[in-house]
Amino acid sequence: MTDTARTTTPAPSEVLPAISVRAAGKIFTVAKGAEVQALTGIDLTVAPGEFVSLIGPSGCGKSTLLRLIADLDSATSGEILVFGKTARQARLDQEYGIAFQSAGLLPWRSVQANIELPLELHGVGKAERAARAEELIELVGLTDFRSRFPDQLSGGMQQRVAIARSLAERPKLLLMDEPFGALDEMTRERMQQELVRICSETGAAVVFVTHSIPEAVFLSDRVVVMSPRPGRIVDIVSVDLGAGTSRSDSLRENPAFFAGVTAVREALHGSPVAPLGADLR
Amino acid sequence: MTMTTGAGLARRRWSALLWGLLGVVLLAVLWEGYKAVGPPTGVVLFDTSILPKTDDRSMPHLVDMLSRAIEPVNTSAGSPPVWVAVIGAALTSLGVAAVGWAIGSVVGFLIALLMQRLQVTERAVLPWLILSQTVPLIALAPVIVAWGGKIQIGAFSWDRWMSVAVIASYLAFFPVAVGALRGLQSPDTIHVELMRSYNAGWFRTLLKLRLPASVPYLLPALRLGAASAIVGTVVAEVSTGYKGGIGRMIIEFAQSGTSDPAKAYAPIAGAVVLGLVSAGIVALIGLTLRRFNRQEAAS
Repeated sequence: MTDTARTTTPAPSEVLPAISVRAAGKIFTVAKGAEVQALTGIDLTVAPGEFVSLIGPSGCGKSTLLRLIADLDSATSGEILVFGKTARQARLDQEYGIAFQSAGLLPWRSVQANIELPLELHGVGKAERAARAEELIELVGLTDFRSRFPDQLSGGMQQRVAIARSLAERPKLLLMDEPFGALDEMTRERMQQELVRICSETGAAVVFVTHSIPEAVFLSDRVVVMSPRPGRIVDIVSVDLGAGTSRSDSLRENPAFFAGVTAVREALHGSPVAPLGADLR
Repeated sequence: MTMTTGAGLARRRWSALLWGLLGVVLLAVLWEGYKAVGPPTGVVLFDTSILPKTDDRSMPHLVDMLSRAIEPVNTSAGSPPVWVAVIGAALTSLGVAAVGWAIGSVVGFLIALLMQRLQVTERAVLPWLILSQTVPLIALAPVIVAWGGKIQIGAFSWDRWMSVAVIASYLAFFPVAVGALRGLQSPDTIHVELMRSYNAGWFRTLLKLRLPASVPYLLPALRLGAASAIVGTVVAEVSTGYKGGIGRMIIEFAQSGTSDPAKAYAPIAGAVVLGLVSAGIVALIGLTLRRFNRQEAAS
């Protein structure tokens, strides 16, 4: 079933995929030698510039898959290539930017200094750092807050700083692990809209972990639906809602959006979802 | 807490000072109060002295202590007032303690660094650190003096004050090692993983993440280390026989206790003030690092 969904992406011979996962599995060894199969038989290809969401219930391994791609954990089996390199080499070459559920800003650094951190670590000169930070601060709409410290910002603002930081080195791939999970619904919708805009402006491919169906549908070109015990991909739903720039708030009331939400829900529940009033869970 | 206004901060400082003074007054009232109402022979229960005697030899009046402090040390001509002698001795001790504190802090920090870098060392070294603090200083002092006496490299020869400084550092390194280790280990997993995703090695991670994150833990540890260094210096002066410091002076003055009981309290007060001053100096150093004392951002 994953094969049919992958036909939309170009063949590797034409364009080098941003991510190519082949038969990847991950086994965690827990206490007393017991093993937990976190992921099994994962096949996934993400094209350059494509926005792909990973969705599924807790324990389905969606965060683990992201961590494998980021080389924060290593796969026990299979192959993971990022722009044709191993995940490890891709990390060493700084091929991706990453954002987590909590913003993870350094409390002793100002907004600007936080955004400059990756550049600073990689020896970018001061003037160039400042110029890049300036661009990004403008991109995420925090111009008046550049010299504030993280404890003086709201949760949404902190997350914007984290996104700006993940974009600092112009990565062609963004990995995001529930970056809006801790935000309230209104902030969340605004951040989603900004994210689709930012992503289509930068042209980066995105792997976005979430457990919100509307969020996944609103943001993505494709939604990867996962299921737990063991963590695996059960379906990949293509969402055709147009380019990121054209996705605005009104899209949330669009029939195509609802169709996408329904398709993802059905894939998650494994059967056609009953009409309103008869929830079959 | 970092956004406290200047006025609020000033008010808090004043109230802290007021409470401090109140504590001193309370102590004075207790002393004089017990002296006034307590039995002259003290309270003895089952042959054990529970409360001290209240005669003038055991518990001199506070006024006597103060007036004794401004009189000359002894009857010989040109003898300075007691308080001047105390300040001189305190400054000598402060110098020795500062050297001990500096050595102890550097050593403590390096040990913490080693323990952070290699988890095996944490498990291997930490119990020894704790054990090291249970060795009585009195037992240690003669050993260090004896070892030091054997050191002679060219023009350099081991001086007695160096033994005192080494003993002070022996007390000072412990809180710094423990505090620094906690601080270096304080960054969240997310921060550590972020540094990993940036391909930042151990040293870069130390410089950009662990060191700044350790400041809120390091500053109290350094303050504690300073107070420990003073205690170590005072005790070591006594047990090594180093002359000129405040520890030695406490012993000397106490020996004249029978004839001049109020005299011994001046150097004791001096030692207390010394501890406060040293902690204060470290606090001033901490002010320059205030930026790193910011609370973790709540998100």
